[in-house]
Amino acid sequence: MTDNQLLPYLPVLLQLLVAAGIGAGMVALSAIIGHRKYSRVKMQAYECGMTPTGDAQHRFSVKFYLVAMLFILFDVEAIFLIPWAVVYKDLLRKFGWFGFWEMIIYIGIVLVGLIYIWKKGVIDWNVDDAKESASGSD
Amino acid sequence: MLHQALFFLIAAMCVAGAINLLLQRHPIHSALSLIVVMGSLALLYLLLGAEFVAMIQLIVYAGAIMVLFVFVIMLLNAGEEEHTRGSRMALWFGAPAVAAIVGMVVYVLTSNSTTLREVHLGAWASTTHDVAMPLFREYLLPFEVTSILILIAILGAVVLARREH
Amino acid sequence: MIETLKFVAFLLLKIVVITHVLLGAVAYTVWLERKLIGRMQNRWGPTRVGPFGLLQPIADGVKFILKEDMLPPGVNKPLFVLAPLLAVALGLTSLAVIPFGETVSQLGKLGALQISGFVRADGSIMDPGVGLLIILAVTSIGVYGIALAGWSSNSKYSLLGSLRASAQMVSYELSLGLSLVGVIMLSGSLSLRQIVDAQAGPFWHWNVFVGLQFIAFFIYLTAAYAETNRIPFDLPEAETELVAGYHTEYSAMKFAMFFMAEYANMFTASCVATLLFFGGWHSPLEGLVKYSLPPLLAALEPVFWFAAKIFVFIFVYIWIRGTLPRFRYDQLMAFGWKVLLPLAIANIVVTSLYVAWRTV
Repeated sequence: MTDNQLLPYLPVLLQLLVAAGIGAGMVALSAIIGHRKYSRVKMQAYECGMTPTGDAQHRFSVKFYLVAMLFILFDVEAIFLIPWAVVYKDLLRKFGWFGFWEMIIYIGIVLVGLIYIWKKGVIDWNVDDAKESASGSD
Repeated sequence: MLHQALFFLIAAMCVAGAINLLLQRHPIHSALSLIVVMGSLALLYLLLGAEFVAMIQLIVYAGAIMVLFVFVIMLLNAGEEEHTRGSRMALWFGAPAVAAIVGMVVYVLTSNSTTLREVHLGAWASTTHDVAMPLFREYLLPFEVTSILILIAILGAVVLARREH
Repeated sequence: MIETLKFVAFLLLKIVVITHVLLGAVAYTVWLERKLIGRMQNRWGPTRVGPFGLLQPIADGVKFILKEDMLPPGVNKPLFVLAPLLAVALGLTSLAVIPFGETVSQLGKLGALQISGFVRADGSIMDPGVGLLIILAVTSIGVYGIALAGWSSNSKYSLLGSLRASAQMVSYELSLGLSLVGVIMLSGSLSLRQIVDAQAGPFWHWNVFVGLQFIAFFIYLTAAYAETNRIPFDLPEAETELVAGYHTEYSAMKFAMFFMAEYANMFTASCVATLLFFGGWHSPLEGLVKYSLPPLLAALEPVFWFAAKIFVFIFVYIWIRGTLPRFRYDQLMAFGWKVLLPLAIANIVVTSLYVAWRTV
């Protein structure tokens, strides 16, 4: 049985199932045992004791969106670094400094992107001028 | 036997997620169904022994791209959408496209039926090392071009988000 | 067939036992934290329930179960229930890939001290080839628990908290992933067991003392604090401005589940730090001091070292909480993108130079 290459992944799936089962059990236990007493005020969304004003779901700064988008791009970059790191020693042994330079070029190009967003102030969250409020943080 | 059982189980999960994605009215439910699809695709890769690709599928698709989807839905406060009858354009272009894809898959499978063989679950695994060596030698140019693609995407993202007037 | 069933049943037993050990550790970490924070602030912490308040976690657990399980009317019901479930399930899943020792005799057969480890016929241990990536994948999916909790709650504080949390977690996930690249380069593998094996020997073989990897360790630890939403990065639940952040509307066990997930994630982060930078289950004086232990103790010795190292990390978590104030949000984002990320990239370049110098 231990010649099966995928065998070590089976426990991970089982662990996920067991963990989900434990979580579901806790939710169920609390729902069954916990007592209930209805009260209109108690059920209101918490807003420091005030009656909730307006809808909870209003629009937010476009910055959050930008962060998520930049995250994807840099995540893809990071993902490419991982297999490279795995074979880096082999690349060095077989092809010398080639393995080093190919990644320096790659990192260098992506680094230009980081410098660009830095200079553009995309990651500055404290700028609160008129230009910013026009772009959507209402 | 086990391989087939697992394959059909996961494939069913994948298709169910995809159908649910179309049927759900609320965008966040659709997005969650899409995460299920991504997750089952990762499991399918894993069944084929592609451990590295399976994890990348999870990290990049389920973990990064879908976060953006969920984020946008949260940020825009997108509500339930109304069902339309479905556009006629979709039918006219969609149906032939589906037929073409099915035809292509069937053609490739039948024309290669002599060389195709059954896979045994876990008989082999393509390790990270197996994936990485060709990537950083034979496919060096596509790899380096990827970085330029990422750079362009960064510029594009900033420009899109900054277009306020 | 019977063999397979026995195999799966034994595996399930192993999973359930180890998971409950972790849950117990989580409960007592909360106790330890309250006790230590209390002493740091010149208070006693819990003292009433049991000696030294040792029964406090049990009392808390009972209380959480007995409390009213509220479901406020405006919430998106399925997602409101799904969110804490997702958080706990993912928080406990990483445990499966973590190795905490070599082998031990289990029911007459040799078994690996790792849920997903199996002993081959020749005595070597097989574990997931991409174990580290599994942890990264689980971490990256963990964002949904928090994002959905805030979104489905229909409360302003919850939504703001979850937005902050998600943006913070994705920002620091980058530095977290990049800080590990140096270690991967040194060991040339993504299997956690092989990464630890590469550090066997006395403590100066540990990755943290190799090259400039202590910088990578610092980046990792900082990013891990941000990932687990701990002070000084606990803005998503900053009680002075957001009440309780994404779990404001949660009560009873569902509320407790977010805490369990947070502490389980703290344990995972500590485990990864131990495995990647501090030699895993290896004794710091391995090969230096000769001593012989009775068989049972000898088998448990690696587990002891592993647990001791994790305890240190958990202690540091609590210590930091008692010491540092909270970041402001713009500081947090600037720190993640302008300090940690460039530092992580610089670390990769420097480490690759170091590895090249040692290999070529």
